[in-house]
Amino acid sequence: MNRRWAGLLLISPALFVIGIFFLVPLALSVVSSLQAKAGGWTLAHFEKSFELYTTDMLFTVAIVLLSSVLIAVVAIAIAGYLTLGEHERTRTLLRWLYRWPLFIPFIVTGQVMRTFLAKNGMLNHVLIGGGLIEPLAAQSLLDWRGIVVAFVWKQAPFVTLLLAGAMASIDVQHSEAARNLGAPRWRVLLEIVLPQVRGTLLVGVVLSFVTMLSVLSVPLMINPNSPTMMTVDVAYRISSHGDYAVANALCLISLLFASLGAWVYLRHAVKRVVGT
Amino acid sequence: MSGTAAHWARRWARHALRAGLIGLLAFVIFGPLANLLLWAFAERWYYPGKLPQEFGLKFWLQVFQPRGNAVQSLVTSVWIALLTVAFCLAVAVPAGYALARLKLPWRGFILLLFLLPQAIPNLPIYVNIARMFYEVGLNGTVFGVVLVHASHGLVLAVWIASAAFAAVDESLEHAARNLGASPWQSFATITLPLAAPGLIASAIFVFLESLDEFTGTYFVGVPDVITLPLLMFNASMGGNYQIASITALLLLIPSIGFMLLVERFLKADVLAMVGR
Repeated sequence: MNRRWAGLLLISPALFVIGIFFLVPLALSVVSSLQAKAGGWTLAHFEKSFELYTTDMLFTVAIVLLSSVLIAVVAIAIAGYLTLGEHERTRTLLRWLYRWPLFIPFIVTGQVMRTFLAKNGMLNHVLIGGGLIEPLAAQSLLDWRGIVVAFVWKQAPFVTLLLAGAMASIDVQHSEAARNLGAPRWRVLLEIVLPQVRGTLLVGVVLSFVTMLSVLSVPLMINPNSPTMMTVDVAYRISSHGDYAVANALCLISLLFASLGAWVYLRHAVKRVVGT
Repeated sequence: MSGTAAHWARRWARHALRAGLIGLLAFVIFGPLANLLLWAFAERWYYPGKLPQEFGLKFWLQVFQPRGNAVQSLVTSVWIALLTVAFCLAVAVPAGYALARLKLPWRGFILLLFLLPQAIPNLPIYVNIARMFYEVGLNGTVFGVVLVHASHGLVLAVWIASAAFAAVDESLEHAARNLGASPWQSFATITLPLAAPGLIASAIFVFLESLDEFTGTYFVGVPDVITLPLLMFNASMGGNYQIASITALLLLIPSIGFMLLVERFLKADVLAMVGR
């Protein structure tokens, strides 16, 4: 009994911080989005949000979904080669190579891509120099494509790291047996290895999904004009209009998108943590 | 004979494909970073030059002049990050220990609370913390920014600390207790030193998170607290790509250093527990 309360005492400062700096602001967000100026409750802020920003909402969801899918594909391909690839030197090189963007902050990613993908950026120069496109065909990728590139560049290494770790720790018996029976490596990856690390892939992709939903710097730097992502709209409502009500309504709508993913993640995580 | 030739041709094709894909990945990873480096040392670079017309260190001198904005921002950023680490560790170490070792009432609920902030977009949190801080005069203060960064870093710190404590072999503690050590002695001489690499990793994580944090500082810190990411953002939006790129490089150094060192601090067993 004594030890139970000792534990609670040790953990209470952390709970307090989470309460004050997470739960209270979250509650404030709900209240502010539903409160009328004259007092009382209203849905007007949500109506206004949909009226002004429906396009941006669809834009946001499309970008984040597309990025999540691409991140998963890249992570499966790289982690798969790291686990099943036969060429030792390529594996070593790949392991060294893929993780460079791992801890590079979003804001730096935004700046880097802003120069790399611009009309006069290195990407276009290399494509023109390599004879892959005509000089006149060079175009700036600083629109939705730039945001997707920045997100995948930054988040794919994170999911790859988790996935490669999970793949390394599964039993190799089955995949070796399948290889001995003549199954090609890509089938071993998709049909034997991948099903065993589904959970890890899911957690990685969902965490990336939620993170990308709330990144402000990348869309602000790459594609600040309409249509843009909802985070930019939130910042604009606040900095230009001091309109916290609509900003919070927008926040809660993006929270709704995230909660679908979050629910999947929490169910998975709680099951594992409580189970042990 | 022709069978062998076809065999060799296939082998060469495979080698070429492998080298091509690795080369492509290397370009995707390092191309954007190279573009950043070019901008950092470009004195003049205008359309349609493939490379800067003039290289030089003029902008570096401008950034590093003793009382310049950048030096001030660097000092502010590092100071905020150090305070954030101190705050987070003070709260996360006891909490991590309690989660890993002690029996807790409402354990499932507490774990859920510590998972939730990761699974929810943090924009509504920052927006409303900024409003709360505005009421109490914490907006635009270093302390306010530290609190925002700490609330963000705490969750990660608690999870890594808890994983680090859980990875310590409990029988060593029992042995120490059997030899007459007090609970505190066994914690200070056995558990803490063994968990230290994981705790150092969590400190580095928190430090980097704080150093790189943009959105929270954007809402809470302005206009008085200008950290490096904000300085970079302002320079970039103002069209000064040289200053933005030099600042971005400053932010890149610790990120890449940590990426190269991360496995030395975070042993596979701890990393495995973080991913779950």
